[in-house]
Amino acid sequence: MSEDSAKPSAPETAPDAPAAPPAPEPPPLTRLLQEQFGERVLGHHAQHGDETVSIRREGMRDVFAFLKRDPRCAFDLMIDLTAVDYLPRTPRFEVVYHLKSLTVPHRLRVKVPVEAQAPEVDSIRELWIAADWYERECHEMYGISFKGHPNLKPLLLYDGFEGHPLRKDYPKGRQQPLVPMRPVKERYDYGERFQPVEHPHTPAVTLERQES
Amino acid sequence: MESQRHLKPLDFGSEPMTIELGPQHPAMHGITRFRCQLDGEVIEKMEADIGYLHRGFEKEAENTTYINVIPYTDRLNYVSPLINNVGYVLAVEKLFQVEVPRRAQYARVIMSEISRITDHLTCNGASAMEVGAMTVFLWFIKAREHLWELVEEVTGARLTTNWTRIGGNANDLPYGFLTMLDERLVKVEEALNEGEALILRNKIFIDRLKDIGILSRERAIEHGFTGPMLRATGVPYDLRRADPYLVYDELDFEIPVGTVGDCFDRFLVRQEEIRQSIRIIRHAVEKLPPGDFHCRDRRVWMPDKYEVFNSIEGLIDHFKIVMEGPKPPPGEAYHAVEGGNGELGFYVVSDGSGHPVKCRVRPPCFNYVAAVPEMTVGHYVADIVPIFGSINMIGGELER
Repeated sequence: MSEDSAKPSAPETAPDAPAAPPAPEPPPLTRLLQEQFGERVLGHHAQHGDETVSIRREGMRDVFAFLKRDPRCAFDLMIDLTAVDYLPRTPRFEVVYHLKSLTVPHRLRVKVPVEAQAPEVDSIRELWIAADWYERECHEMYGISFKGHPNLKPLLLYDGFEGHPLRKDYPKGRQQPLVPMRPVKERYDYGERFQPVEHPHTPAVTLERQES
Repeated sequence: MESQRHLKPLDFGSEPMTIELGPQHPAMHGITRFRCQLDGEVIEKMEADIGYLHRGFEKEAENTTYINVIPYTDRLNYVSPLINNVGYVLAVEKLFQVEVPRRAQYARVIMSEISRITDHLTCNGASAMEVGAMTVFLWFIKAREHLWELVEEVTGARLTTNWTRIGGNANDLPYGFLTMLDERLVKVEEALNEGEALILRNKIFIDRLKDIGILSRERAIEHGFTGPMLRATGVPYDLRRADPYLVYDELDFEIPVGTVGDCFDRFLVRQEEIRQSIRIIRHAVEKLPPGDFHCRDRRVWMPDKYEVFNSIEGLIDHFKIVMEGPKPPPGEAYHAVEGGNGELGFYVVSDGSGHPVKCRVRPPCFNYVAAVPEMTVGHYVADIVPIFGSINMIGGELER
């Protein structure tokens, strides 16, 4: 071998340069998902022993259906669903799912990156009914909508709350506008037989305010 | 024939009736509202409405240092605050990868189990009271008081404990604590036995709880149940065995399970868990090793005062921890502990600064309250009370 051809490769094999560490063998679940879904798996890590897979938003429901139904995964418990707002970064949001299996002793964290513009992911409520309320909470806190969820109304916040409080651009001390008091009849329809009794103190005033 | 005239059916013009149970109702522990649509006395449809105690724990945690979150965790499940303390610091310690001395781990186990007993005593006492067994409630609450005095002895407060720290505990178990613990555990056992003698063979109590609020094993798993609610359906899933943390793998205990998954099973599972917790405490006291109650890692634990005043490194470390707070390396960690209600998980994301990017609590009773409509529909209105009592909803951790 001539010296010329050996020179370009010299910096790579120099003894003082840190040798590139061999790519760590992905954990078994990650490997299984990569074999099954290929390109849809965006990344993975197993920091602190928590196996984590990041997947593409498109077709995520298939991945979750596979995770639930395949006997090698058998994730029958949907432990947690939340989102994280990494504000300056793109994609801005990450929806984070924690899954646990009762039959196979393993856990998995699945992350779905979502863009800041009209953030939306698929609802997994059909797979785990536990996701119902978690998705409602995530929706009101981060403004991420869940496609296919039938009832995304606020859970912890009240009707008329403006903004999404867990977004990083929501200031902690922000004041919310006062919600005008609504008459009882407008809030709940008790049917014709049970008309609300007009209380001498409050309702007359609020009724007038509402109509004006 | 004349006398039976009043038996003729009369048309009263019935229609479904909507009632609101809560938010202010003696049987609603904390504040929750249930809108029920009734057909006669049977619940046809139900909707749970929560959020009356939402205080923005996660937002608050994102705007403060890692240490300052610990007092907030007291307010999550306020009948077993020490488990929350332990769960949170375990998640942060996972981020830091610090090892806590074994004595501190044993102390954490003992205090967690005391908290679990108080949690279960509250739940079972309250659900017994709500179906009419007032005496049991008073006895259980008295037993709980014995334990809270112990907690006060260690932490200085009954409920707002704020006892754990990142890398250790605030203090060691005080002098004379173990003797006191022995005496108190005997008293708790007495209260348990006496309380059970009153109600477990009481027909009224059994009729109110048996076959009420059944949720099958499959549905419970689907709903994400954990803890005593899942074990009552017969699944022996306990995080202390499934994913052992602290030193639970060195301690002897059994996992009680139910068979049907009704309110009575949940009651019995909790009663048996109290006994197992007492067993864990006794075993842990037996094995309690000597040593430190905190680690010596300078990233999380302040140096001794002698070093602070006599060395520049000690002064700098002290200053950094006080002014900026401990800074974990960037990353994310999820750590779950077996809370009084089930899997209490903390998901902490760090970007390397002194403030968490995200500090998420996975509340165990969130799933239970979401499943209350499914458990309740088809039952009588009066059954809402034992069902709701058996899920042990804690507003603080439900709504955070």
